[in-house]
Amino acid sequence: MNWVWAIAGVIVGAAPDADVDFQRDVRPILAEHCLACHGADAINRLGGLRLDARDGALRGGESETPAIVPGKPDESELIRRVESGDAEELMPPPSHNKPLSAAQVATLRRWIVDGAAYEGHWAFRGPRKAPLPSVAQAAAHPIDAFIGKALADRKAAMSPPAPPPILCRRLYLDLIGVPPSPEEVDAFERESYDATVERLLASERFGEKWARHWLDVARYSDTNGYEKDLRREQWKWRDWVVDAFNADMPYDRFLIEQIAGDLLDDASQPQRIATGFLRNSMINEEGAIVAEQFRMVEMFDRMDCLGKAILGLTAQCAQCHSHKFDPLTQEEYYGVFAFLNNAYEAQSWVYSDDERGRIDRIAESIRTVQDRVRSERPRWIEEFTAWSDAIVAHPVVWEPIRAVELGSVSGLNHPTRESDDSILMKGHTSADIFLVADPDLAGVTGFRIETLTHGDLPFRGPGRGRLGNWAIREWEVWIQRPGIADWEKLKLTQPIADFSEPERKQADGKTSSGPVAHLVDGVEETTWNADRGPGRRNEPSAAAVSLETPLAVPPGTRLKLVLRMADMVGRCRFSLTRGTSPSLPATDHGVAAALLAARDTGSPDARTAVASDPAVFSAWMRTVPEWQPAVAEIDAAWARFPEAATSILHLIEREPGDARPTFFLDRGNWDQPTHAVEPHTPAALHAWPAGAPRNRLGFAHWLAARESPLTARVAVNRIWQSIFGTGLLETPEDFGTRSPVPVHRELLDWLSVDFMEHGWSHKHVIRMIVTSSAYRQTSDVTPGLLEWDPRNVWLSRGPRFRADAEVVRDVALGAAGLLHHRLGGPPVIPPIPKNVLEYNYTYPDYWTPAEGTDRYRRALYGFRKRSMPDPVMNVLDGPNGDTACARRVRSNTPLAALAVLNEPIFVEAARGLALRVLREGGATDAERTKYAFRLCAARFPTSAECDTIMSLLDHARARVGDGWLNPRAIATGDSAKLPDLPEGVTPRDAAAWTLAARVLINLDETLTKN
Amino acid sequence: MMDARRSTETSARTVCRRWFVRDCGVALGAIAAGLLDRRAARACDDPPAPRAPHHAAKAKRVIYLFQAGAPSHLELFDHKPELAKRNGQLPPAEILKGYRAAFINPNSALLGPKFAFARHGQCGMELSEVLPHTARIADDLCLIRTMRTEAVNHAPAQIMINTGSQQFGRPSFGAWTIYGLGSEAEELPGFVVLTSAKGTSGGASNYGCGFLPTVFSGTPFRSAGDPVLYLSNPPGIDAESQRASLDAIRRLNGLSRERVGDPEIDARLSAYEMAFRLQTSAPELMDLSDETQATLDAYGVRDPNAGTFARNCLLARRLVERGVRFVQLFHEVWDQHGNLTAGVKQNALDTDQPSAALVADLKQRGLLDDTIVVWGGEFGRTPMVQGGNDGRDHHNRSFSVWLAGGGVRAGVTHGMTDDLGFNVATDPVHVHDLHATLLHLLGLDHTRLTFRFQGRDYRLTDVHGSVVDGLLA
Repeated sequence: MNWVWAIAGVIVGAAPDADVDFQRDVRPILAEHCLACHGADAINRLGGLRLDARDGALRGGESETPAIVPGKPDESELIRRVESGDAEELMPPPSHNKPLSAAQVATLRRWIVDGAAYEGHWAFRGPRKAPLPSVAQAAAHPIDAFIGKALADRKAAMSPPAPPPILCRRLYLDLIGVPPSPEEVDAFERESYDATVERLLASERFGEKWARHWLDVARYSDTNGYEKDLRREQWKWRDWVVDAFNADMPYDRFLIEQIAGDLLDDASQPQRIATGFLRNSMINEEGAIVAEQFRMVEMFDRMDCLGKAILGLTAQCAQCHSHKFDPLTQEEYYGVFAFLNNAYEAQSWVYSDDERGRIDRIAESIRTVQDRVRSERPRWIEEFTAWSDAIVAHPVVWEPIRAVELGSVSGLNHPTRESDDSILMKGHTSADIFLVADPDLAGVTGFRIETLTHGDLPFRGPGRGRLGNWAIREWEVWIQRPGIADWEKLKLTQPIADFSEPERKQADGKTSSGPVAHLVDGVEETTWNADRGPGRRNEPSAAAVSLETPLAVPPGTRLKLVLRMADMVGRCRFSLTRGTSPSLPATDHGVAAALLAARDTGSPDARTAVASDPAVFSAWMRTVPEWQPAVAEIDAAWARFPEAATSILHLIEREPGDARPTFFLDRGNWDQPTHAVEPHTPAALHAWPAGAPRNRLGFAHWLAARESPLTARVAVNRIWQSIFGTGLLETPEDFGTRSPVPVHRELLDWLSVDFMEHGWSHKHVIRMIVTSSAYRQTSDVTPGLLEWDPRNVWLSRGPRFRADAEVVRDVALGAAGLLHHRLGGPPVIPPIPKNVLEYNYTYPDYWTPAEGTDRYRRALYGFRKRSMPDPVMNVLDGPNGDTACARRVRSNTPLAALAVLNEPIFVEAARGLALRVLREGGATDAERTKYAFRLCAARFPTSAECDTIMSLLDHARARVGDGWLNPRAIATGDSAKLPDLPEGVTPRDAAAWTLAARVLINLDETLTKN
Repeated sequence: MMDARRSTETSARTVCRRWFVRDCGVALGAIAAGLLDRRAARACDDPPAPRAPHHAAKAKRVIYLFQAGAPSHLELFDHKPELAKRNGQLPPAEILKGYRAAFINPNSALLGPKFAFARHGQCGMELSEVLPHTARIADDLCLIRTMRTEAVNHAPAQIMINTGSQQFGRPSFGAWTIYGLGSEAEELPGFVVLTSAKGTSGGASNYGCGFLPTVFSGTPFRSAGDPVLYLSNPPGIDAESQRASLDAIRRLNGLSRERVGDPEIDARLSAYEMAFRLQTSAPELMDLSDETQATLDAYGVRDPNAGTFARNCLLARRLVERGVRFVQLFHEVWDQHGNLTAGVKQNALDTDQPSAALVADLKQRGLLDDTIVVWGGEFGRTPMVQGGNDGRDHHNRSFSVWLAGGGVRAGVTHGMTDDLGFNVATDPVHVHDLHATLLHLLGLDHTRLTFRFQGRDYRLTDVHGSVVDGLLA
């Protein structure tokens, strides 16, 4: 049984004499009461009967009795069963607790009498522009035509327009999320309404306001969630969204770049940043996790997000079984999943334009140097070829060691084996890993380790360190002879590497890093590192070690390799050799690999082409004695490589040779794949565009296609919800068959088509809405109106609701004149009480609240930590980003009251407002009261309101005068500190006005969009 | 179709009595037109108002002593002499089939229990020597030895046992309870959270509201600083100034109400009044000076101002006395991968006495009859060793939880694990079954306690769970 208030949709004005409308009247009954057992889900269908399609209902189930005989309710089994007095026969079965009401049965009867016509669910058919209803005013705004007609049909009418100051504030809060100053209210009354609208649409503040709505559905956060809940750098994606709204990026483009920006031709840095959208999922790095399990959880989250944010479909219902109500099979769920499942979880640096320029100039200067040396040595290609031939002909044969067991001594990490026998370490960053193998060990003379890059590692790795770097303390090789329990450690000698950093000793005298000798020196405090510095850091490396004598062990001897690390390696491969001298080619491992790859193509062109690779050419230059000055120039250029200030989590499609198949998961369990699933889209939705690539980019284009029945509707509905508080469809996350049929469905469809016809422009739809009379109505409500339409479903009055959390905060700081506008940038740390900070699983030691102007940035920029939701945003219903949130609830609680009364930033806003009023508001309390009121509510106060404030001021002044209150403490928070007061203003005034300002900030009217 | 009793009852109450009030117009799950009558719609004015249960309830409230980190059932509740005998041996190969521990290779040596067990009470319940106080209330306990869960890592497992799903975003057990029964507290939230030791792996989502309206979230009360966030007035503002300020707010909002006509303003008025009352009631709640020394001693509260588990147990009793429906304590200390012997001993010292004192105190005050006390963590620990010989890994195949109070069968040990404490041998109780049973005791049918979100009727128990009769009195 559903709790009544939880599902209550208030039904008003349903025209009693109307025909039975399948969409509005019948489908909801079937969906709610019948389709769980008699719907699209074939596996769980009972009695073989389906009622979601007409032919099924007419055919009947296993009993072969038609459930419906059109025109003849009394011959219809369905009616007999829903009216049956026999509990055994009655449908729905009493045990389901979903009985039909008499009115519902009557509806079904009338529908069958009328012929039992089925229609496809409205939202799965593309929207059309219905002709505008004719209304009294010939030139009515399209929105008003629809709403006016619906109201007129119900003998109702729109409310009068809101007074200009109220309307001005409404417009400011809706368009830019910041309240108007009194001057702006005055200007609003002077200039045309449309001019104000255009000015606000063009404001940078517009993007900051509207980005937040997308951030909700995109589950944006500044931390990873789960346990340690570590910080992530994702704010460049947030700024991308702000910029996209400010530039009014077409919504289809907006989606394509976020789903598959990396796959666009010549993808730009912003387009790659855009794919951070799907990466906003939580990331689990708890010790001992199986990384693939939680990658799958991220994938499920992305599917959920796509459903809520873009398609308005409850996609996650089909993760475990075919959807019970909507035409989405489990197979189709994994078909969509497959489009998203073939990407690396990448992290890359984000460079500023300036840094980008420096990087380009470095490449340019290297090219210049290399061109110069080439021109100085016309026959260089022969020498180069001789050198590269020597590298690829290096005589040592390395045989990769295939793991039969992988693990970590600590148990914190579970490495996995890749197809090339390398091993990948995702999940927790641990201090050790081991590999057990049973290769033929006869005659083995040495071992090699390659540290390798991978798309899932930060900056491609090879390490898991902050920069994608790594540091290995010790490499140990053990053997276990057959029948003997104990492992025997082999003595490793002659460590060599393609590259090592120079020795760097720490002050403690023990810790040291750099040379490869540290790899097998038996000292834990020393490490081998091979960071080639900025720009060349994320390259593979190799090291080799020798045995004192070739191995002579019995067959069946097992091998164990152990790495202990200071900074974890993310991917590596171990090999063995039986050659006489376990050596490495005398060049960078990456260069040697490139030369080998060129040789393996068998094409002379490829071998020539590789010479033009600047890294390869530089490697050769290092071997030519007379070019060392030129090599020094190149190294000097690299030394100028910028260290980026931030990075981004994003997607990169996997390389063709490393494609990841997608499997149907039995009951949605990550570790129970049954069969492979090719990427495909649900049959009930629009067709796949002919010739589109079957990859993430093709999918993005499909999502953003004009033919999509849902994409535009969902976007327009979200805009409507942001402005009116409730969408035209109340459930923005669910346009499926169980969602209510919107009373203004034709308006939603009209606007959706209009949206697409106008280049998917958000600003167009917003302009369209705010220029309607429906929007401009007063939100005042009469008892009669409240009785008739308590929830304003018919839109016979303007929107009125408590503003979103961010707006409430921005309004307070804006009224105070403290709000500091600066577009974009890293998140700003808000003050949070110690007793909240201390109950993090891992204490966020970076939590130093912003001071100065940053402290008063817009709430959009506040740091969002998933496991410690911002206490103020939280009590005002801001989501914390665990999952996509398409619709905020709006609570009204004492905890919220306490936050707005007492939380430090709100208190600082009250003090700031007091000083502003004293500074700017005139010389008398009466003038100041008017000014303060206008700052908070945009309008002038009534005399009763003035009196209330004045008597509060008098009361406060008297108590300060009598010594009951310390004016400095009230006005500054410090009982010894005086505020910076304008001339002629006393501390007593400041204290009294701080109290009054705090009252004004807490007024319902200030907290509310009227 | 709808529960008419509930809607009538609710609409008869006045809004201002409530702790929480909210806008009914925005937050609702949807329903198709034509399915509801006007009266039912009006009932949405005040969701946390007390509501009648589905059936006669045995219990009205819950105190959940959540032992985060996963206490070792083998050192505390599940006596395994056979495990002691086989200390150092490898586990039988057949039980490891398809088994996954978190950290260790499952094929690790078995580790005998670290503590002696003895029988206690008339019921003869076997408990570890480190739980002498719990032993004294054995006849009040229902010890479940056969708990099971799917998750094997902390954060997902905590989310699982607190919300019924490993995936984040679902309402917590406490939130579902308030959703189902409403709140009876006049001046306090219906669902209060107290934390000792440190923050939990699952974080705030352990007591969150998921997709339910925010009012159903647990409200943390804090041992240091403001007991409720932002409870204190800003510097310099005394009680009289605060009252004068709130009077001004009330007058001004009242004027708005007359002009604008929006009933939401009434809700705002009462929220501010409740906030003012909370400024008195919360510190009064947290102030233990009216408790006798005997009571403090019984709970083991040495410093009445320190945020210990013991103090939180006493606060839990004070909260339920004031009508709070759901109190959840979080104590994150039990992750003994190593240091098993000393760690379990210390944790038992910190939790055994206060937990037992709470049950005894509730009983003595007549509150235990309709209060359920739950004690347990998110999973168990491996019979196999981790590290040298003093640690255990995560184990989801069996663990122990005890219940006491309203409607719970007292003085029983429910279910048996195998000789090694590895698998459940008889009478399994899955996390979903525990939830179903606890809701049943609260008078709620877990299959009927649903919330429509995204077109689906969600339950705490998802599509699983059965009431376990063996746990019922």
